[in-house]
Amino acid sequence: MSNADPRDELIEHLPAMRAFAISLTRNSAVADDMVQDTVVKAWTNIDKFEKGSNMRAWLFTILRNTYYSNRRKARREVSDVDGVFTESLAEKPAHDGHMQMADFRRALGQLKDEQREALLLVGASGFSYEEAAQMCGVAVGTIKSRTNRARAQLAEILGHNENEAMEMTDDATMSVLSASKVASF
Amino acid sequence: MNTPKKDDYERAIDENLKKVFEQTLEEGIPDRFQDLLSQLKQQDRNQGSAK
Repeated sequence: MSNADPRDELIEHLPAMRAFAISLTRNSAVADDMVQDTVVKAWTNIDKFEKGSNMRAWLFTILRNTYYSNRRKARREVSDVDGVFTESLAEKPAHDGHMQMADFRRALGQLKDEQREALLLVGASGFSYEEAAQMCGVAVGTIKSRTNRARAQLAEILGHNENEAMEMTDDATMSVLSASKVASF
Repeated sequence: MNTPKKDDYERAIDENLKKVFEQTLEEGIPDRFQDLLSQLKQQDRNQGSAK
């Protein structure tokens, strides 16, 4: 068992890596390229992986480093070509009293990268605050405050959709309508 | 500290987050990744145990 090649485990983590990458980039083509880069980096640097440690955390760390270095290179690119998060961009969100998935994805797309990332790691990928902090290279408290702020902001965006549709016409709507620009920050 | 409404939202948010994630997970892995892994393995084999 201890002689098993950790690279054989890579494939098990691919779906989760891909889900994280798509959530980060909001573009499945870019996400898949990013996952591919990550797999190659992981494969060729497998000697840097500490056997017995959390491989998913290690892979996610490579993945997010890839994301942030690509983002620096391509700041101007529109990142939501297939509208993963902002389906029907030009339409205002529906207000039928439920938290609709499309609304939710849109709201998620409006968060800052760092907040969305923290929320995805802790709220969706099942990492602890400590693991997420290590992966992002920040203090545990920073991850906690990012996730709290992300949740609060989502609640606010979605709450406005539901209860105060009329007051939503300024900032939130503008950022929905120009989500692709927002997304390139 | 939190109002009940806020707690409900947070629960709903986490549930939705997981749904967003699960939807992608259910798509499975595109074939290119299987191909990539096979290529990487092949490459290693060709290099022998050089690395």
